[in-house]
Amino acid sequence: MRIIDHPILEFNRGEKVKFVFNGKELEGYKGETIAAALHATGIKVLGESVFKHRHRGFYCAIGNCSSCNMVVNGEPNVRTCITELQDGMIVETQHGKGVVNYEIR
Amino acid sequence: MKYVDLAVIGGGPAGLCSAISAASSGSKVLLIDRNKELGGQLVKQTHMFFGSEKQYASTRGINIAKILLHDLKAFDDKVEILTSATVLGIYEDGVISIDYDNEYIKVKPKAVLIATGASEKVLAFPNNDLSGIYGAGAVQTLMNVYGIKPGKKVLMVGAGNIGLIVSYQLMQAGVDVAAVVDAAPRIGGYLVHASKIRRMGVPILTGYTVKEAIGDNFLQKVVLCKLDSEWKPIEGSKIELDVDVICISVGLTPLTELIIQAGCEMKYVPELGGVVPVRDPYYQTTNKGIYVAGDVSGVEEASSAMVEGYLAGLYAAKSIGYEHEDFNELSQDYHVQLDALRSGTAGEKIRSGIRKIVREVI
Repeated sequence: MRIIDHPILEFNRGEKVKFVFNGKELEGYKGETIAAALHATGIKVLGESVFKHRHRGFYCAIGNCSSCNMVVNGEPNVRTCITELQDGMIVETQHGKGVVNYEIR
Repeated sequence: MKYVDLAVIGGGPAGLCSAISAASSGSKVLLIDRNKELGGQLVKQTHMFFGSEKQYASTRGINIAKILLHDLKAFDDKVEILTSATVLGIYEDGVISIDYDNEYIKVKPKAVLIATGASEKVLAFPNNDLSGIYGAGAVQTLMNVYGIKPGKKVLMVGAGNIGLIVSYQLMQAGVDVAAVVDAAPRIGGYLVHASKIRRMGVPILTGYTVKEAIGDNFLQKVVLCKLDSEWKPIEGSKIELDVDVICISVGLTPLTELIIQAGCEMKYVPELGGVVPVRDPYYQTTNKGIYVAGDVSGVEEASSAMVEGYLAGLYAAKSIGYEHEDFNELSQDYHVQLDALRSGTAGEKIRSGIRKIVREVI
């Protein structure tokens, strides 16, 4: 669902990168956000609500509403609407609040 | 600890303009933004602005961001930019703490100017959390920044300027707009925008609202209903539309977390979008040395956010000993511009809101 011709804008997409979403390999472009790359492949359900496990997509796209939080490279609660896609990223649906493993120094 | 003259939090239209204004007054500025790029929401606004030439009318938002960044560059020696940096807190001794690329840093500015903007409001209806129901601003980001369609067919909720403009932008991107609905009996945005989308065959249903959204994993259908003069649903007035996207454009609410945390006096002013800081005529909050500008102190258009930014930047710089050589002339001109932007019946709501939060200097 990428826009190819636009009357005003030109999209200079970066280099293609590969990433994994729930075990499935997908492609996106460097420079776009994780949520945008997922959306482009038709994946709209990004997370689920903590208690009732209702499916959630993104809402504000400015890193404010937490609707798009996912587990990225093992780190929970990553705001995928503002986090840039990197080659080889492992992106997973987050179940529950997520656990942060802090290294105590 | 890092010591600076003025810390500006937020690099959108208001923040950029206040940084330019303060730097041109001679103040050193630390401009902090949580995003990777400066420009705030201007970077997705492909429409041409209104207002007058001084607020870059007839220029597209995306290009206004470029102009402001160019203007800022002239003060390279005065302005330090910190992007991907989230301000965490403002303390009693004036210290602000920042998460900068997973590093914790502390800054002690002589004054702070908060220009954190606003965020999309939500609308309450059954299943309003289904995937496919997005803020209008989010859809703009997806389409205009990343070049991705939000879906196939959209219902726009809200016939204010953002709703009307984004509907047009959706069609520019090749997405169908099934209808625009607004619970109010009249179209809220400029009629020039409304006519444009009406001419393209999109119905604008005033006095309608969303009864419920239907879908399993994501939105598949929406049910609308008509409201009577007391905003109550009229029995049997249901309209069903097959849409996979609902854009919510029912206004914005100020992102005031930092201002509240700092302990500034706040007030609920619906005309300005929600809870906003009480301030004096010089954009200083009830906390000495904490200034505000733009949507965070009352949701308006980007044009007024820019002018407020220039003005608040002048005042904040003056308060720490950097008075612009043309201070009187400039500040007067900015006041005149703001009055013009808020004139007429369209500006009445904002004028009445501002009357409620501006108080005299104590």
